Amino acid sequence: MDTTLAPGAVRVGDELPPLHLPPVDRSALALFAGASGDHNPIHLDIDFAQRAGLPDVFAQGMLGMAWLARLLTDWAPQSRLLDFKVRFLAITHVGDALSCSGRVLETFERDGMQCARLAVQATDQDGERKIAGEALVALAHRPAGAP
Amino acid sequence: MIDPQWIGHELAPSVLPIERTRLQFFAKATGQTDPVYRDPVAARAAGYADLPAPPTFLFAADYDSGAFYQLFSDMKVPLGQLLHAEQGFTYHRVACVGDTVTVRTRVDDIYAKKAGALEFVRLASRATDQHGQLVAEWRTVLVWRH
Repeated sequence: MDTTLAPGAVRVGDELPPLHLPPVDRSALALFAGASGDHNPIHLDIDFAQRAGLPDVFAQGMLGMAWLARLLTDWAPQSRLLDFKVRFLAITHVGDALSCSGRVLETFERDGMQCARLAVQATDQDGERKIAGEALVALAHRPAGAP
Repeated sequence: MIDPQWIGHELAPSVLPIERTRLQFFAKATGQTDPVYRDPVAARAAGYADLPAPPTFLFAADYDSGAFYQLFSDMKVPLGQLLHAEQGFTYHRVACVGDTVTVRTRVDDIYAKKAGALEFVRLASRATDQHGQLVAEWRTVLVWRH
């Protein structure tokens, strides 16, 4: 698994293998609420959502970010993930099927380590961007202090 | 509008024991099938002490403790009007089952846009383990749609 991240093997423009998610359903929102600790009823209870002026419940932003995290850890061991940040651009609705993708923007040396900066995003079935962000991944084993 | 006195407010520390069944639940809930996140034997083979907490998991700390809900209640922000605007993590070490992570979060800033129609709350969090080692830091921006 680590051989794919040999510093010479990663090039600017490389695309990460995309991650395609099934359409979000209410069970997914309920399970993620329980697992993440985010019990905000706006994601769970349609009556609450409608009293708040919305037509329906919608997905937790962090569910999408967790999917993007899967994209990253499918590509590189988590121990090499240095930084991961996103902006939540649009709401993910029940029924939306997201696709997560990423590509290498640049490679550089930081603190004696070769690193790659990646752009990542999640788009829905109509191509609308829901989440966009970046990650920084070390391309070699991290120094002592990290597993 | 949120009272600016909340800027600088420190939430009560949240203590999150990293537990196997919770991480397995999180893997299920996020569709994660990589055995590293589900099977301790696979995790150890990958060099972890036990199941690793995945990159976004530690955000649960302030929910589990109730600290977030307390903050929203204190600031009088209705849950139905809250959205997550931005989230960014910096990682120092991977927490695994058996670790206990303590998260300290403070309100960094409160500001408004669109003539007050949107009000933003920026939080800064720092997570350490039971040895006092820095595990991760994160920045959270929430938006209250008035």
